[in-house]
Amino acid sequence: MPPLLRRFLLLCASIFAIVTFNFFLFHVIPGDPIRLIARSQHLTPEAVAHLRQVYGLDGSLLTQYVDYLRNLLHGDLGYSYSLQEDVSSIVGRALLNTLLLLTCSTIIVVTAGVGIGVFAGSRVGKKSDSTTVVTSLVLWSLPTFWVGMLLLFTFGVWIGGLPISGITTPNAIYPNVFVVISDVARHLILPTLTLAMVDIAFFIIITRTSLVEVSGEDYMLTARGKGLPRRTLVWKHGFRNALLPVVTASVLYISALVAGAIQVEVVFSWPGMGLLTYNAVLARDYPVLEACFLVISVAVLVANFGADLVYRRLDPRVTVTS
Amino acid sequence: MSFDLVPTEGDAVLREAPRGGTLRALWSDRLGRAGLLILIVVTIAAIFGPMIWPFDPSAVGESAASILQPPSSAHWLGTDELGRDVFAQFLAGARISLFVGVMATLISTVIGAGFGVLAGYFMGGIDAFLMAITDFFLVIPALPLMIALAAIFGQNLAIVILVIGLLSWPRTARIVRSQTLSLRSRQYVARARSLGATNTRIIRTNIAPHVGQLIVANTILVVAGCILAEATLAFIGLGDPNRISWGSSLHFAFVSGAIGRGAWWYFLPAGLGILTVVLGFTLVGHAFERIENPRLRGGA
Repeated sequence: MPPLLRRFLLLCASIFAIVTFNFFLFHVIPGDPIRLIARSQHLTPEAVAHLRQVYGLDGSLLTQYVDYLRNLLHGDLGYSYSLQEDVSSIVGRALLNTLLLLTCSTIIVVTAGVGIGVFAGSRVGKKSDSTTVVTSLVLWSLPTFWVGMLLLFTFGVWIGGLPISGITTPNAIYPNVFVVISDVARHLILPTLTLAMVDIAFFIIITRTSLVEVSGEDYMLTARGKGLPRRTLVWKHGFRNALLPVVTASVLYISALVAGAIQVEVVFSWPGMGLLTYNAVLARDYPVLEACFLVISVAVLVANFGADLVYRRLDPRVTVTS
Repeated sequence: MSFDLVPTEGDAVLREAPRGGTLRALWSDRLGRAGLLILIVVTIAAIFGPMIWPFDPSAVGESAASILQPPSSAHWLGTDELGRDVFAQFLAGARISLFVGVMATLISTVIGAGFGVLAGYFMGGIDAFLMAITDFFLVIPALPLMIALAAIFGQNLAIVILVIGLLSWPRTARIVRSQTLSLRSRQYVARARSLGATNTRIIRTNIAPHVGQLIVANTILVVAGCILAEATLAFIGLGDPNRISWGSSLHFAFVSGAIGRGAWWYFLPAGLGILTVVLGFTLVGHAFERIENPRLRGGA
């Protein structure tokens, strides 16, 4: 079997496992899910039967599972009772907003993080290196949501000047599309900054470590012995070889990125998957919570698959994933 | 069997720090020493602080005048939106945050080490099966799953510890597996087997001790992750409502609008607490890594 096909089948199997896991998680809730959904202990038997039918909880577990799969294939994620809307359309909007936030922060984090990591890694033993390492470890230890709270305080209460909540100005009237873009961009600044501040540390540390390890290799000694200019040495010989572990580590980092986004969205009321999850938890809106978990997990699995494809491109030696 | 089989020179070198040497190496590492000092101070504060500090962390203020008061000589860190003493909450929160972090790490280490040793030692089908589960949990995003589980199974300390512990082990399993794989191919394991040692005995006497030593750095870093996970869950409102942790402190600060009211004394301490403890564990963990992997030794 070609490795690519194998990897794809693995992705499908994982998604199927997630779907099944998700089903059991929310359908085998301790106690009666209907009581949880209705949030009342005093229901007539007729009302219980009706709710069971509405939420697809009648029949055996197997029929429920088959129904669940069929609905999923039709893009039907159920109905939110706190928002009174189809879950799939709610999730669709939220997912786009989260992707916007993650794209902006990831671009900053990867370019700046890798750059700073190379800077530090090529100056091992110097003051600039140890300062970078300590700063990164501090940033790495920060709870993302607390950084958000600090920025919220700084720019919302103390200095002011930047929007601190939502994705657009409420009730704004936009003369043209450019004003919309600039408004969204202004709202993006603080959430992106928060995410970037914490996440950048990971890339700095990984890149630095990888470069330091590579620097000890024989071919680096050879390159140094040839008297190559420092820039060529670091970027062409060191960095290119140090990049692979960075990509590998980044793949594992995708879920941490998502965790950061959830916290940032809660703090800045950014209407994405994180805020949706948070509100679903507060309202105990299980259909929404279930869909959020499912969609985030599948998105992460697909992102992993994508990163794996990139990795294959970068390193032709990889034929089978270990 | 009356003699112990230990790795010898011929056994492709198991680098072992001499007894007591690891701690000394840690102390001579600047960052490691800083981390160790942080952890000692915080642990002492968490254990003895609540006994000494006169205020009860959950004692509500007596009048409206005691609400959200800035720091004073009586209340060193002011009061919260219910007039409770913030410093008392900070000390109580240190206990819960450390406790949850360490307990969740214990669970995670037991599962991770178990999976890793079994997979690495028996290889073949068992390995494939256990690693398929591990990889599955490695890629699914942990925080959304923790949120879902905590929301479904309710909020108390035991659930929070379980949820975090049960989702933090995959990386440990991976590391332990690769160590076990390399250990089991060593000569002294083959010798033990040829002398008739059972699998259980080989795992217990020849594999487990060395794996244990090698996963120390990883375990310490897991504690940092677990403390952050607890803080995040509590911030989202999924902590134990009857226990004050640093995360739940920040949750109440956020929800009660302390930020808008400029009550910095309410939301700064808990966050700084989390930062300090996580940094302490991270520094010690990375120092251990440097000790075990000398190639990483640079200026830092």
